[in-house]
Amino acid sequence: MTAGLWQNWVLPGIWITLQLLIASAALAALVAFTVGAARTHRSRTVRFLAGLYTEVFRGTSALILMFWLFFVLPPLAGWQLVPMWAAILALGLSYGAYGAEIVRGALNAVPKAQREAGVALSFTPWQRLRLVLLPQAVPEMIPSFCNLLVELLKGTALVSLLGVGDVSFAAYLVRLATQESGGIYTVTLLVYFVIALVITRSMKALERRTKANLGVVAK
Amino acid sequence: MNWDWSAVADFLPRFWDGLLVTLQVLVLGSLISFTLGLVWALGFRARSRFVRWPVNAVTEFVRTTPLLVQLFFLFFVLPEWGVQFSALTTGTLAIGLHYSTYTAQVYRAGIDAVPAGQWEAATALSLPRHRTWLAVILPQALRRIAPALGNYVIAMLKDTPLLAGISVLELLQQSRLESAATFQYTEPLTVVGVAFVLIAYPASLLVRTLERRLAH
Repeated sequence: MTAGLWQNWVLPGIWITLQLLIASAALAALVAFTVGAARTHRSRTVRFLAGLYTEVFRGTSALILMFWLFFVLPPLAGWQLVPMWAAILALGLSYGAYGAEIVRGALNAVPKAQREAGVALSFTPWQRLRLVLLPQAVPEMIPSFCNLLVELLKGTALVSLLGVGDVSFAAYLVRLATQESGGIYTVTLLVYFVIALVITRSMKALERRTKANLGVVAK
Repeated sequence: MNWDWSAVADFLPRFWDGLLVTLQVLVLGSLISFTLGLVWALGFRARSRFVRWPVNAVTEFVRTTPLLVQLFFLFFVLPEWGVQFSALTTGTLAIGLHYSTYTAQVYRAGIDAVPAGQWEAATALSLPRHRTWLAVILPQALRRIAPALGNYVIAMLKDTPLLAGISVLELLQQSRLESAATFQYTEPLTVVGVAFVLIAYPASLLVRTLERRLAH
């Protein structure tokens, strides 16, 4: 592999992959907490809308959503997203839908008495969520979120099909230039594997920390 | 907003062709992943460390790296090794291999959930190893894990569009061809997207019912 390709494409590609991962994870977290909390809301309409969101975005393929945002939205809405933003939006919205299920499950797993205690202390619903339910639910969510984050990392490879210069796209270019596939694709797979390893290790540590704060010993 | 129904009608023949390919990949990919997943799961339980360790390492690696990159890897590297498959075959193999690492975890959990007494009973009856597996353990494990496997079939369905990346003529690729020919992106892509929701949602309802029914 020539040095120029490595410096000009693969390294920036890794950086783009990381940026995509961070930005879409932030969006997915926002969506997950909003939609997940909405699914435990008192109002039936709110619950229905949140449920509809999860079913639609979990039902379709992230790649099709990405293509749809990039090719269909412009003629409908009259403006064009840059590929990077279409990618972040598609990844964040669809993985957020999976995250919403995690949030909902964890919120429902908090013992009922905790919710009732909040009511008894006349907390507002928002205070109840923020001060009582979430602090107990979040440590429970971490292992599932860890898996989801690895899935999201794998999902970022899809953006190469839109021409975003992530590490998968760089691999494609290097293959075209050198006419050699084995080396560059092995390196690319290893890059993803290492990032995933960092994610799982740090989420384990985070789980231990948050559980320790609650006085629970992590398994 | 300009939605053109005639464009939908024009797309339909391609849509059916694509749907058939998508379903074909899904069925064959599921079969591969179910079979290979069981092989991995038995590997996890092997007596020898020299079998367990590589099986763990390989499945972990395949599970945490992107299907798309694996797809390109197989598509471009296999010919270099002198193995020439069609794009469709490569794609089906890749998706089957990728998901086998997920089904392996499902099998593992299912096998672990079979009560220890069942193993002991099989030993007491001095059943040979293959009879223990085929007649005692697997039938009980499979019943429990059927819904979980179903969930991965749905996940696999939603990953079939990736095969468009190596120009397999599945649903997404058909919609791209249609758009390239007619310059209409809205209708073909939307139809394909809606089709996925219409297949995936009832399927997940089905899995949920199955889960509830097998729970007791």
